[in-house]
Amino acid sequence: MMREKILSYIEKNARIDLHELAVILGEDEAAVMNELESMEKEKIICGYHTLIDWDAAGIEKVNALIEVRVTPQRGIGFDKVAQYIYHYPEVNAVYLISGNFDFMVTLEGKTLRQVSEFVTQKLSTIESVMSTRTNFILKKYKDHGTIMVDKIEDERMRVVL
Amino acid sequence: MRNPLSETIVSIKPSGIRKFFDIVSEMDDAISLGVGEPDFDTPWRVREEAIYSLEQGRTFYTSNAGLMELKREISSYLDKKYNLTYHPGKEILLTVGGSEAIDIALRAMLDPGDEVLIPQPSYVSYLPCTILAGGKPVIINLKEENEFRLTAGELEEAITDKTKILVLPFPNNPTGAILEREDLEALASVIEKHDIFVLTDEIYSELTYNEEGHCSIAALPGMRERTVYINGFSKAFAMTGWRLGYACAPRIILEQMLKIHQFAIMCAPTTSQYAAIEAIKSCDADVLAMREEYDHRRRYLMDRFKNMGIKCFEPFGAFYIFPSIQEFGISSEEFATRFLERKKVAVVPGTAFGDCGEGFLRISYAYSLDTLERAMDLLEEFVGELRQ
Repeated sequence: MMREKILSYIEKNARIDLHELAVILGEDEAAVMNELESMEKEKIICGYHTLIDWDAAGIEKVNALIEVRVTPQRGIGFDKVAQYIYHYPEVNAVYLISGNFDFMVTLEGKTLRQVSEFVTQKLSTIESVMSTRTNFILKKYKDHGTIMVDKIEDERMRVVL
Repeated sequence: MRNPLSETIVSIKPSGIRKFFDIVSEMDDAISLGVGEPDFDTPWRVREEAIYSLEQGRTFYTSNAGLMELKREISSYLDKKYNLTYHPGKEILLTVGGSEAIDIALRAMLDPGDEVLIPQPSYVSYLPCTILAGGKPVIINLKEENEFRLTAGELEEAITDKTKILVLPFPNNPTGAILEREDLEALASVIEKHDIFVLTDEIYSELTYNEEGHCSIAALPGMRERTVYINGFSKAFAMTGWRLGYACAPRIILEQMLKIHQFAIMCAPTTSQYAAIEAIKSCDADVLAMREEYDHRRRYLMDRFKNMGIKCFEPFGAFYIFPSIQEFGISSEEFATRFLERKKVAVVPGTAFGDCGEGFLRISYAYSLDTLERAMDLLEEFVGELRQ
């Protein structure tokens, strides 16, 4: 299926140009362009971002994973509570989770103070939120399928017949 | 003092084009497209299994032919893929890479003067191994107009009453050529008619990009009993350094190969054998993902060559592309040397794989698309300069 082929490829390499993408996938260029445009319209493709190793750039950013437990109330399902949370621009991701807690909320690129302010003043004060537990990320080994440490060079011999 | 050396070994030329390779190895900043091994790491689960086997202290010899569990897995893999049945206990032998299998198969089958048909361009070891086994190599020069496939006509023409073995190196290094079922069927009838044997080196069998996929000659009617089937873990599972291959053959041949293997090698590396069990059992998805990525690169290169106006047949196997540089009126080695000196990109002259590789280059796409793109930009510049 062409859509899946396109998505699988650009998930790892969003910057590839249209001609090259069509060639690589063995598809017609115009058809690939059409699919890309419709998938953008349909919000299947939700954005094109850059994966950055901020540590390597020497820029300090605090990343937090916050476990949130909520009391589901009549008339207010999880979706509604999630909405209260995800509308904050400082929130990077919100997932509904099976297991010991309900939401996983991630904050990226904040200072320690900003994180603590967000948790104590915004998150905890939402009516349905029962408790929170904030975990700080100490080191990113791998993100979005990309290993951020041990960037090794090509160690093969230069010519092998 | 007497001459310590055997005349036979001294008569064999060292592999490849020494002068060119010496320049490459000294140029640290060059981009190389000269490597005939996967750029992927061995899948982690395979490496982890090897580590575990070491932790468990499994560091002893295995039986000469290899671990029974691995031979069973190979047997069922071949059955599943090609409907080929080999008895795990009697017809499968684990070797130190496919290379050892080539060597011992020739040694087990050749008497002095027996002729071995070797289609070229092809991997460099068939010819010296034939000579070392006392056989006489007879080269079949493959043609670009046939997409470097071996045709029944070419085979027929090369057969004499001394011909014993046909080497069948497909999918092919360096051309990327494959043989499809119809090609193989045509060859099979000639092979049967003249009662010769086949050494089929299918090390690149998992890397084909045609719709039908790879077809093994051993799976054709009447061929299994006259074929030594060689494969290994290097290319499909990105396990070159583990040195693990295998041969499957009728018992009468395999028994003799096992004797040579037993005396010369003892057994294939134990750690690699444990790792290979994991590879063959549970890495189908990894193999598929690697193949897909090779295919992307293959299409990318074909497109670049087309846009540069360089003649190139579409290869459907391995991870090589074999463009023609005949229009430039210089030899392959000259082209490769100048390209390296001027643009710092290393490719392998086609002549490294036989005289009929003259006029061609082997370009490996076991490299990231980024690397290929940089190299192709430089090739485009270089070709532009040559054409001026």
